[in-house]
Amino acid sequence: MAASQDRSLGRSGGIVAGESTAPATFTGNRALQLEEPLIFEMGQPGRCGVDLPEPPKVKDRLNGLRRTGDVGLPGLSEPQVVQHYTRLSQKNYAIDMGVYPLGSCTMKHNPRINEKVARLPGIGDLHPLQPVSTVQGALELIDALAHWLKTLTGMPAVAMSPAAGAHGEMCGMMAIAAALDAKGERAQRRIVLAPESAHGTNPATAAALGFTVKPIPANDHGRVDLAALKAALGPDVAAIMLTNPNTCGLFESEIVEISAAVHAAGAYFYCDGANFNAIVGRVRPGDLGVDCMHINLHKTFSTPHGGGGPGAGPVVLSQALAPYAPYPWIVKDANGWTVAEDGARVDGQPLGRLKAFHGQMGMFTRALAYIMSHGADGLKQVAEDAVLSANYVMAALKDVMTPAFEGPCMHEALFDDGFLKDTGVSTLDFAKAMIDEGYHPMTMYFPLVVHGAMLIEPTESQAKEDLDRFIGALRSLAEKAKSGTAAEDFKAAPRYAPRRRLDETLAARKPVLRWRPSNSLKQAAE
Amino acid sequence: MTVKYSNEHEWIRVEGEVGTVGISPYAQEQLGDVVFVEVPQAGRTVAKGESVAVVESVKAASDIYSPVSGDVTDGNAALADAPGDINADPMGKGWIFKIKLANKADLDGLMDQAAYDAFVKSLS
Repeated sequence: MAASQDRSLGRSGGIVAGESTAPATFTGNRALQLEEPLIFEMGQPGRCGVDLPEPPKVKDRLNGLRRTGDVGLPGLSEPQVVQHYTRLSQKNYAIDMGVYPLGSCTMKHNPRINEKVARLPGIGDLHPLQPVSTVQGALELIDALAHWLKTLTGMPAVAMSPAAGAHGEMCGMMAIAAALDAKGERAQRRIVLAPESAHGTNPATAAALGFTVKPIPANDHGRVDLAALKAALGPDVAAIMLTNPNTCGLFESEIVEISAAVHAAGAYFYCDGANFNAIVGRVRPGDLGVDCMHINLHKTFSTPHGGGGPGAGPVVLSQALAPYAPYPWIVKDANGWTVAEDGARVDGQPLGRLKAFHGQMGMFTRALAYIMSHGADGLKQVAEDAVLSANYVMAALKDVMTPAFEGPCMHEALFDDGFLKDTGVSTLDFAKAMIDEGYHPMTMYFPLVVHGAMLIEPTESQAKEDLDRFIGALRSLAEKAKSGTAAEDFKAAPRYAPRRRLDETLAARKPVLRWRPSNSLKQAAE
Repeated sequence: MTVKYSNEHEWIRVEGEVGTVGISPYAQEQLGDVVFVEVPQAGRTVAKGESVAVVESVKAASDIYSPVSGDVTDGNAALADAPGDINADPMGKGWIFKIKLANKADLDGLMDQAAYDAFVKSLS
């Protein structure tokens, strides 16, 4: 593997690639910006951070399957391990470090009170196999969160167990499939409609359940083309999967007509709740005729996102779909709270079980802490501030960048690459130049319906002066790009990152997915 | 032996009964570096406008629609190891599949070079 050999030879490869902006150092480090080998490359045969006792002499019953070769674990001292992981953690860009404008992701602040509550001994030390009589409070907590989610969405039921957004989509679409089965229409209704700007997970979910996906085009205003939708509806359509506000950062203003047309055709309306942050406390999806919607607790309700997860994707369900909610159901009877896990104990036809235990309990706790610390009025202000921030960004940039659609927007500002036309600078170059300015790039080239898209979601978390600095950086980059003389500078960005421009094409064509020991390391081990 | 274009940016070059299909230089430029191509199997019957192949670039994954109806006679297996052929030579080595036309009249609905050039110009 050429790539891994390069890494083991020297540490300066990434920094001196392309035009050098500073003299090379002996170590390859730059001040406190350290080059970090893989832990396997650091390992020395025979070194160990702990003293392990001699294994007791027992007669093994492995019948010749006993391992005789190298286990392949790196040998390191404890300080080496601590330093390695601390250095790695410092390389991570995070919402705790600055503006994280990734569109369609709602990278918002995770309040510390969530963490405080999740660590309370009565909550943090629970085990999912504890007797139900000892976890009455935890079950009541799940029910309290379920109550809030139903109230905020105006929906009668919620399935709490799905583990993430895409898992929630699967749950909602399985409920739709179960409802079609019950009506004897599953074989006839094979088509799921999805707008062109849909999240990629929507068509993937429908396809995974055996439906045929049919795209619905967007109109010139970045919204679903209602006429095209009506033309596509028929007795062969199972459902539509729609995100509102949509991936162009726009509210689907004809949503009520859309849901009426979908229901008139005998189909169901799946709403992708990924962008719920823009409307929470302001709009109840149940009032719009939604049949089911997943809620990303790790977006709207501020539980950790990405590597800090896990995610959680409860699904709210309409009256028509509520009977099919998967196990477990948290129910209260004369003896208190209990967990219903079989059909005899619930009033419905649950579609089965999607996840072990009750769902992401730690995330439920954090989400409920967030909801209760904000209250209904505070949540409404969250949506208002998120939308205000996005419109502030759009208004402040629209004279130097090109908004993809006429404003105002909802929670995210979407630009196309019109302002970069004939400058020799691409959306990718522009995003890479943002790294040199100390910003994580926005979402780029998505949604696909917009040419060279740049999708910015500031969320409600940023102070005005921090947004102003971010806007200032983008304005200066846009003006520099349009000066017509800076294309080379943009192509060379990022200059100050630990790695310069990565070869994404090579990485996609010839991915190196695991480290393999070089021969010299192997020999040393033997 | 003329080349025709669809408004989804596929080209088709017909020799006798069989047409060769790929994507236009404009399309490959818009996609950027192609990293993966899924080509159809020989023997598959496709309808005009049906999604028959997938081209994935660092930016996006795009469906490739058949500009005509017919039976696929060949898929360009070389693209599995050399997807970059679509960028380097979209009208030649970067062909995606060959199709035996069911109805030559399908070609009448497609654009000739001049019409396609004007179409591309109208997009920018």
